[in-house]
Amino acid sequence: MLDVERIRRDFPILCRQVHGKPLVFLDSAASSQKPLQVLAAMEETYRQCYANVHRGVYTLSEEATCSYEEARDKVASFINARAREEIIFTRNTTESINLVAYTWGRTHIGPGDRILLTEMEHHSNIVPWQLLAQEKGAELVYLPITDEGFLDLDRLDDLLDERVKLVAFTMMSNVLGTIIPVKEIVEKAHQVGAIALVDGAQAVPHMPVDVQDLGCDFLAFSGHKMCGPTGIGVLYGREELLEEMPPFLGGGDMIRRVELDHSTWNDLPWKFEAGTPAIVEGIGLGAAVDYLTEIGMEAIAAHEQEVVAYAMERLSALPGLKIVGPPAEHRGGVIAFTFRNIHPHDLAHLLDLEGIAVRAGHHCAQPLHRRLGLVATTRASFYLYNTSEEADRLAEALEKVARIVGK
Amino acid sequence: MASSPYRERVLDHYHHPRHRRRLKAPDLIGEKDNPVCGDRVRIELRVDDEGRVLEAAFSGDGCIISMATASMLVEHVYGRSVSELRRLTQEDVLRMLGIDLGPARLHCALLPLEALHSALEASRE
Repeated sequence: MLDVERIRRDFPILCRQVHGKPLVFLDSAASSQKPLQVLAAMEETYRQCYANVHRGVYTLSEEATCSYEEARDKVASFINARAREEIIFTRNTTESINLVAYTWGRTHIGPGDRILLTEMEHHSNIVPWQLLAQEKGAELVYLPITDEGFLDLDRLDDLLDERVKLVAFTMMSNVLGTIIPVKEIVEKAHQVGAIALVDGAQAVPHMPVDVQDLGCDFLAFSGHKMCGPTGIGVLYGREELLEEMPPFLGGGDMIRRVELDHSTWNDLPWKFEAGTPAIVEGIGLGAAVDYLTEIGMEAIAAHEQEVVAYAMERLSALPGLKIVGPPAEHRGGVIAFTFRNIHPHDLAHLLDLEGIAVRAGHHCAQPLHRRLGLVATTRASFYLYNTSEEADRLAEALEKVARIVGK
Repeated sequence: MASSPYRERVLDHYHHPRHRRRLKAPDLIGEKDNPVCGDRVRIELRVDDEGRVLEAAFSGDGCIISMATASMLVEHVYGRSVSELRRLTQEDVLRMLGIDLGPARLHCALLPLEALHSALEASRE
């Protein structure tokens, strides 16, 4: 059991009022709030030991380098990577996926090759592959979803053959909330010689993730969805793949030796980190990892499961409310829904007037919404600091909205 | 919800839209959509030889703000000249609505105006 009251005291923003009502923040799937521990680590760096990292021979630079590289070790152990060299710092999940598309993709994908995606992907795990496929004459294939919001795994064997060079899929849908059986898909991908990339943006902040256990070749995730700052994300990659991949961006820090007409590359992980990195954001992410680890990812997942099950029960009792996606036991802390025929933008706006922050729209998953026959949905998402009382506030506010909008 | 944009007059236009239909023989047609939220507004006008609006109607789908604004706008254009309506601005529409809208919802209120301007643009050709 989480001590949620204590956790909430770590997040000063949760005390604020919106439109004269206590804030109920239900949009952590888009970006989470930040605890004092993360804010303090970042402020401390700026106040006490900030300088550019790597190659500085003076104290401040050494201290900053040490903190920044320590953050990498924390991330490596958080997802149980074999080595720190497998942790590349990027800006976010999107950049991590693009890094793979531009480097591994450009050297391994050719005409007629296939990239297998799923119908529930976020745009960030679709568009980079479209760009690559257009450039290389490759083909995108999509694993369909069932009407209940699961991946149609019965179709996996049909779609997986030796033409498939990459399988890229989310570990948890940001709309349906569905938790995906990653291991099973990775194993099948490997059987046909394909590489498996997992979009961990929604999963890594919310449940234990062990890359060695999952067996995936790449895992992408963002710091800002896991109590860390914006501007820092992670690409985990298996070392032998990263070793043979060409660099992504060229510039300082990623080189060993620069001649006038050519250069040689730095060791992993810096080969993929050109230019001054997001130093303080990296240190902030390290603090976020410490924070989540101390609370425990198992406990966080269990708490979210409990709140989501309760919220689904409350919401589905409202006349005219339809939740998309599977039952609570198969999902993470995300509930997307439609309510009567109220447009999601009106709904989110009316809820905001009650102090409740939810997201409305296609949630960067237009193909999925088209598959569901919807233009947009309203999404409430929960994290370690949310409570069942907040689910009550949401349900009560929806009842009020129904009365106001009428008809 | 004293400061709510969803006040009675707006909801009344949403639930009882004025002139929400298609004209038999429109002289001018303008249509705009917003793929992000799926809102779509079509405005049809019949104008006389002096360029005065004889008849106006709107159709489409969308949120409360865009549909209520379309209803108010169509009511407003009756009897006015095309040249006058061309000068209609964002501020005029917001005054007509009489509510405060943050930047996130502004585009909902402005979609009908864009459709109207597109219809009036067609009259130049």
